[in-house]
Amino acid sequence: MNTQVSLAARPSKEQVIYANILVVGVWVGLALLFITYAVYLSGLMPHHVDISLVTGNWDKGVHEYLEITHSPQGWGWVSLLGNGDFLNYIGFAFLGLMTVLCYLVLLKGYIAKKDWIYAVIAFLEIMVLSLAASGLLGSGGH
Amino acid sequence: MLNIFRNSVTRLLVPAMVFALSYPLTAFATEQVVINGGDKPWWFWPIVLFFFCFILGILAVMAGVGGGVLYVPLVSGFFPFHIDFVRGVGLMVALAGALAAGPGLLRRNLANLRLALPVALIASTFSIIGAMLGLYLSALNPDIIQVCLGATIVAITALIAFSKNSEKPIVTKQDAISHALGLGGVYWDEGARENVEWTTHRTLLSMLMFVFIGLVAGMFGLGAGWANVPVLNLMMGAPLKVSVATSKFLLSITDTSAAWIYMNRGCVIPLIGVPSIVGLMLGSLLGVKLLAIAKPKMIRYFVIVILLFAGLKAMDKGLGLGLLG
Repeated sequence: MNTQVSLAARPSKEQVIYANILVVGVWVGLALLFITYAVYLSGLMPHHVDISLVTGNWDKGVHEYLEITHSPQGWGWVSLLGNGDFLNYIGFAFLGLMTVLCYLVLLKGYIAKKDWIYAVIAFLEIMVLSLAASGLLGSGGH
Repeated sequence: MLNIFRNSVTRLLVPAMVFALSYPLTAFATEQVVINGGDKPWWFWPIVLFFFCFILGILAVMAGVGGGVLYVPLVSGFFPFHIDFVRGVGLMVALAGALAAGPGLLRRNLANLRLALPVALIASTFSIIGAMLGLYLSALNPDIIQVCLGATIVAITALIAFSKNSEKPIVTKQDAISHALGLGGVYWDEGARENVEWTTHRTLLSMLMFVFIGLVAGMFGLGAGWANVPVLNLMMGAPLKVSVATSKFLLSITDTSAAWIYMNRGCVIPLIGVPSIVGLMLGSLLGVKLLAIAKPKMIRYFVIVILLFAGLKAMDKGLGLGLLG
């Protein structure tokens, strides 16, 4: 293989950093899901919503389900982390925040390279993902 | 020795596929038992869901489709969960799969960051709008979402069945936007033992397509690999391998924003979510191993039939016709 072309086929530094963060993040996220689910099902911690109430109402729309089970919207689950069922949201949230974390690293890299177009794109993406994660769009008020 | 091993695995694979073939019907039959007075313990559905998703994971890899596009129509059709929860978990399933696949694709330079970032910004923005619209329509009447989901799945089935991908499309002239964004690159094609240089064209039109892709992904919780690949490959002219890999990576961004909307609305229930994610990921890992010895073409046809049935079932359910049970 031609060495020069081989170098061109290599991923950029940003791609490698992104991949390295992802590979650690995914396994940590999955481990969190697995461990918190085991804690949930083992009954080591109390449940905010009884499991029978979950299975008896998961055929209802989300609005009705939340009313019946007195479950929160948005980041309200954080205040219920003392309960086994809401402990699971740590894993979900972690997976959801992985991309934002990776983009922060990308943004730093693009700024350092003065690649302004991609720095702006990365910044805007962080804004979009943060807005979605914030819970400001339509959650709350329940 | 290797042949004996392969034959043994193939012998195991056939019954497994037969089991998979009948699995939606099994789930449906079981659902009927529950509806008709069967009183199952709480762990029954999570366990059935885990094995169902495990098989979905195998099939998804072999058929070259994302987990979300199989998960949402099949689980909403055959399990007793409301479509709100199925869409929320469907996005988490697609997100987890895309995050897991991302590192390998990025390191091999198959998924391209410069190609992914601009279109991801568009798709993820509109997936938020799609998710909000989908939840609004679902609150009005969930049957609207069921019918639209069914129609979308039937259209996706046709797209998967009839679209012809191009291994290495010829791009004669890079357009101005593509040039400004530096869309292009080189990847090492292991099969052909050569470096493949590529660039893109029709960038503006393609970006507009990602508006639609984002809306549909968010509205139905489907992921969007089925749409990303044709746009990246056939419209923009990126090589098939780059398109497939970049599409998979794109899902990790598009689905993140929509998944947050569903999660913040309370649509992700751990009892449904964790067995689905873990089952599908373990199934995908096994699917990758089986891919070497299976006949993906046959499985692809099989998945197309299943998808078509799931789409028609969703429409039937939404319209309340009861023709498919």
